[in-house]
Amino acid sequence: MKSLSDKWIDRILLILGILVFVVTVYPLYFVVIASFSSPSAVSGGQVWLFPKSVTLEGYRRVFENERIWLGYRNTIFYTIAGTLISLAFTLPAGYALSRKDLVGRNAISLFFVFTMYFSGGLIPTYFIVDSFHLTNTFWVIILPFAVNVYHLIIVRTFFQSTIPDDLLEVSQLDGCSNTRFFVSIVLPLSKAILAVVGLYSAVSLWNQYFTSLVYVRDDSLVPLQLVLREILLQNQTVSGAASVSNVELQKVGEIMKYAVIIVSTVPIMCVYPFLQKYFNKGVMVGAIKG
Amino acid sequence: MKQPKKKYPKKSIRTRITRNWELYLFLLPAVLLIFCFNYLPMYGVQIAFKNFRPAKGIWGSEWVGLEHFFRFFRSYQFGNLIKNTLILSLYGLLAGFPLPILFALLLNQMRFAKFKKVLQTVTSLPNFISTVVLVGMVSIFLSPSSGIYGAVCNLLGVKAGNPMGEPGLFRHIYVWSGVWQSTGWGSIIYLSALSAVDPSLYEAATIDGANRLQKIRHIDLPAIAPTCVISLILSAGGIMGVGFEKVFLMQNDLNLSASEVISTYVYKVGIQSAQYSFSAAVGLFNTVINFVILVIVNQAAKRLGDTSLW
Repeated sequence: MKSLSDKWIDRILLILGILVFVVTVYPLYFVVIASFSSPSAVSGGQVWLFPKSVTLEGYRRVFENERIWLGYRNTIFYTIAGTLISLAFTLPAGYALSRKDLVGRNAISLFFVFTMYFSGGLIPTYFIVDSFHLTNTFWVIILPFAVNVYHLIIVRTFFQSTIPDDLLEVSQLDGCSNTRFFVSIVLPLSKAILAVVGLYSAVSLWNQYFTSLVYVRDDSLVPLQLVLREILLQNQTVSGAASVSNVELQKVGEIMKYAVIIVSTVPIMCVYPFLQKYFNKGVMVGAIKG
Repeated sequence: MKQPKKKYPKKSIRTRITRNWELYLFLLPAVLLIFCFNYLPMYGVQIAFKNFRPAKGIWGSEWVGLEHFFRFFRSYQFGNLIKNTLILSLYGLLAGFPLPILFALLLNQMRFAKFKKVLQTVTSLPNFISTVVLVGMVSIFLSPSSGIYGAVCNLLGVKAGNPMGEPGLFRHIYVWSGVWQSTGWGSIIYLSALSAVDPSLYEAATIDGANRLQKIRHIDLPAIAPTCVISLILSAGGIMGVGFEKVFLMQNDLNLSASEVISTYVYKVGIQSAQYSFSAAVGLFNTVINFVILVIVNQAAKRLGDTSLW
């Protein structure tokens, strides 16, 4: 039987939950409705719960903007290529580290983990990257920082706790090589970790701007996020002179901002709900303990 | 009877290495990358003690000892930079550390399964918003001329200021927009720790007459305590490492007195004004302090952990 106070606790929890829900969702919802409303209605404070004077003007401007397309193309390339490289480097290394019979395992682990807590810093890294002639190329975004040690540890811990030692022994008795074992037995059993680490890499590549800001001057390599920065934060919404008045320009700029947020954020947000089930499997707990 | 320790008959290290040669091949690409782009820069950090000229190279430039460090300690920004960096990260830790834990406890105790699921998904979505978009959203909302803030001020008949240019508000905007973005995502890790709790514990507690709060106190909290401690150690290690990305984007000439932190300063001095050695010295100073804090906190947690937490 439920006691009275338990019922009250349920109600309080529900109210708190609803509160958190509203606080989280409203800003997102507002961006959506504002992107469909007329600029003057938005700046006049008439848009609260539903779009007002519905228009697709903002989206039209976004789709006509060539720089956004350029950034979009570049970022899609960086995200796909970078995630593949990152997985190709991290998964085999993580697997090797998960093997207890690897001679020198602790030393190699330390080699990786140490870099989490100590680094040469921005300027020395810049000159090293430069000495490899990677600055001002697309490679700098997808290659030098492809191995994230935190991801490596997650992967290692996952393999350690999910691949039984017996499986390896049996396969070895059958004459299975390490490579074959990894490719045809370990990887198929590890979709969850593939999803988790792949999503992490993809999101950070999609959202990155720092590497481009520091290492890339060539404007044709600009990522979506730096284009967004120009539009959202530096107010460079319209290129070239136009016949409309300044106030009008500013208003159109404002509505374009909402549309560009939607266009740039929705693709990467949509991936998560499909992969969410993998995140609740305790993958991360293992990681933080390891 | 004592079991032999090793399953296999003892083999020489050499055969154990050659038998697993492929594993070393697996490691090679990652090791190479980390060596080139993490360890070589550590070697390159010597430019903090030199007068680095790109033409002469890292090794060829002349030594100047600690000159750049002293210049930094004497500079008028020094005190302000340290203060801003520390306040921003301590404030962020104070707000950002407990909230995901509380939220995870709340979700875990929530009875309405469907709403619970929706709430969990929805609150983790902001995590996927990029820093640029987040700061963009904040500045649109807070814009006095066109944002929600401006509209509310109009409605109330108050004159709208410009929050983004207000040094006193910078920290609050920074921290609370971060809380909005990452509380849901941060709670996932505690939730999975909670989901590992044996349900029979709750049943036993119910039979013993424990109420909900007592269950939270005596079952849930102990279950997530280790995870909490480790995340606390990790975040304490980053206390001087306020992320560059968000601060840099939120900065403007008006709020600079509160928003200049070490990482943005390193970027400006080093990349923008090409004072390479000085900037490297500031960066190194920051890294060393961070490292020391991490070691201290970790030691403290070990001692405390032995007596009270586990």
